[in-house]
Amino acid sequence: MNVLIYLVPTALLLGLTGLACFLWTLRSGQYDDLDGTAVRILSDDDLKD
Amino acid sequence: MAETLDLSSFVERNEAGTAHMTLAVEGVGCAGCIRKIEGGLGKIPGVIDARLNFTQRRLAVDWREAEIGAADIVRALERIGYHAHPFAPARSEAEDSRQAKALLRCLAVAGFAAMNVMLLSISVWSGSDMTQETRDLFHWLSALIALPAAAYAGRPFFVSAWRAVRARNLNMDVPISVGVTLALGLSLYETATHAAHAYFDSAIMLLFFLLCGRYLDLAMRRKTRMFAGNLASFKAEFADRLDAKGEVVRVPASALSPGERVLVRPGEVIPVDGTVLSGSSEIDDSLVTGETLPRGVGAGATVYAGSMNGNGALTVVITAAGTGTLVDEVERLLLKATEAKSRNVRLADRAARLYAPVVHAAAALTAIGWLFAGASFHDAIVAAIAVLIITCPCALALAIPAVQVVAAGQLFRAGVILNCGDAIERIAEADTVVFDKTGTLTLPDPAADAAAIDPALLEHAARLALSSRHPLAVALARQARERVPYPGAIEKPGEGVRALIDGEEGRLGSAQFCGMEDGDALAGDGEASFIGFSLAGRTARIPIRQELRADAVAVTQALKARGLDLVILSGDRPAAVEPVARKLGVREWLGGLTPAAKIAAIALLKAEGRRILMVGDGLNDAPALAAAHASMSPITAAHLTQAHADALFLGAHLMPVLRAVVMARRARALMRQNLALTVIYNALAVPFAMAGMVTPLFAAFAMSGSSMLVTLNAVRARFGTPRERLDEPATNAAASARQPAGKSIGPVAGATAEGGP
Repeated sequence: MNVLIYLVPTALLLGLTGLACFLWTLRSGQYDDLDGTAVRILSDDDLKD
Repeated sequence: MAETLDLSSFVERNEAGTAHMTLAVEGVGCAGCIRKIEGGLGKIPGVIDARLNFTQRRLAVDWREAEIGAADIVRALERIGYHAHPFAPARSEAEDSRQAKALLRCLAVAGFAAMNVMLLSISVWSGSDMTQETRDLFHWLSALIALPAAAYAGRPFFVSAWRAVRARNLNMDVPISVGVTLALGLSLYETATHAAHAYFDSAIMLLFFLLCGRYLDLAMRRKTRMFAGNLASFKAEFADRLDAKGEVVRVPASALSPGERVLVRPGEVIPVDGTVLSGSSEIDDSLVTGETLPRGVGAGATVYAGSMNGNGALTVVITAAGTGTLVDEVERLLLKATEAKSRNVRLADRAARLYAPVVHAAAALTAIGWLFAGASFHDAIVAAIAVLIITCPCALALAIPAVQVVAAGQLFRAGVILNCGDAIERIAEADTVVFDKTGTLTLPDPAADAAAIDPALLEHAARLALSSRHPLAVALARQARERVPYPGAIEKPGEGVRALIDGEEGRLGSAQFCGMEDGDALAGDGEASFIGFSLAGRTARIPIRQELRADAVAVTQALKARGLDLVILSGDRPAAVEPVARKLGVREWLGGLTPAAKIAAIALLKAEGRRILMVGDGLNDAPALAAAHASMSPITAAHLTQAHADALFLGAHLMPVLRAVVMARRARALMRQNLALTVIYNALAVPFAMAGMVTPLFAAFAMSGSSMLVTLNAVRARFGTPRERLDEPATNAAASARQPAGKSIGPVAGATAEGGP
């Protein structure tokens, strides 16, 4: 059962990373315009020259 | 006419000399629009950034004030091909958006915790050879995750429950909070005493499910509010403000303040409440009072926002909101009516009131029963808390919101925007539909009766009418197929307009002006107003009336077939109401009602024990809408009226009213089914809990199973049985052809199409 000593923290850490990523996407407004994001991918001039 | 457009009330400035403005854009429909708008504006010198939010159909623009003005940006968009309307986000929208983000954070935390606690719990449940030390470790780890997560993610429920308890009230959040807190407390105690069972996973999963429901509910509400906000800005009126030097500046009506002077040109909508300073005209008050005959106004007369100005220019001094006699009375009546309405108890809260005492009593009985049966104090308490956990109203709390969300989405697609969540319940409960006439049963814009006149003559008259700004002429002009005015048309104010038509003189206007003798052609005969027309010796009296909405007859028949009583309460003359009532086969009708009389009529109907769905659009209907059990108004309604309606409907048809009633009834049936399902679930599960046989595994299965069952049942609101499918009547195409393009209905109809999925 010694394996638990690092497996459980690893599992929790992975979960926390996912949570942190989600909170970051929420904070940076990536859910503000879901429909727009879906169609913007179709236009190829997103890089300003 | 050179006029300046002043949009400064919508512009946010910051110290760096840049400005920011949000615009609601009409006609955005595809990916190409994003590029056209953003690219087109980006090329304009001075524009720093333009970003279109495709979901909201709103454009955020930043620019340098020194180089370009707000009005230039609106004009530039116009050139690209999009109507843009400056948009001031309502405070409620900002609040909703903040709340949605907070809920999403809570949901994320609860989801993370639920997954990780379940990971540990499943190990405990399946690990029969697990030592006690390992099990304790897993339980402590679960506690470490679940307690902070529940403290964070449970706040929306705890706060609301605390508020309800302090107000000596009970809502669904009270049993939820009690259940979650006790489950966590018991688990912590069990963990500390090395017991075999802990319920951390149940508590946190419960929060996760409930937060899902809350978030979906809020997301639906935000979507409809956002849509309504856009529509409001499409409709927002502009006014011509006269400054001290007598110069005209075009400003948004919302930027005006009392004491300022406004110029109202012939044929324009009066943008403010006020008193006429100079000028005289005939105005059409139909949106305000329901009266369809024009009213003559001169200096000193009181006018209301929403009235249509006739043939003369007016200078109006704005009076402070609520000082006008009619507005005053409407506001006073509204206050009274709204107070009466707040006593209505929602189905969910009614269920909570019944539910919480029953559940808590059952838990207490369990504890007492076990104590009498000789169990230890600890075992009795564990059994009692197990009852609370298993009955924790996961399914009950989802039962009604889930149906509401799905039904609101369906209604949205059918052109009905809900203003409040429990509107569905109240619309479903209605047994009497009270209609206003003007603008509700009839179309908001009058039109000439094409059947009464020779089509060739009507076409000439309509083309001639294009040169006049008299309200009756404007109505007639919309029927012109060839939209080119006759050259050299001359309008004599107060008399009519004349021009040479194919070498002969044509005259349109009063009877005298057209050489007719039979009375005053502009006087009404009750139902219609008349306009005279003469051409090459032929004369005609053209009746102009507010036509019934194309599907009014079909919808009223269908409502009757569904067992609803129909009543018409109108502010218009009885002589104008009678023919409409006859045509629709409505036996109960009253005309010439003041706002107070409308409320009195509704109170009388209520006293008979009827539940009223009021459908109206005028300012005079607002108190009646607030007093009724449920209310709807068309999107063309006065602002105040819209604010007091439970639901708004779009377009030139009355069909959304029928749809709303049918869908609301179906939704209510589903809500009741869901409540029944939760009762059955509890009836099955509670005996196990009372017997002390509920393990955490059993609780997890039972709770998630019942939640999913009610959610899936709610989704059925999307699918009607074929019998209930309501197709638009075949007369639609004809009706929409007759409906003028570009008037207030135009953008709305376009917006409906955009609102779809």
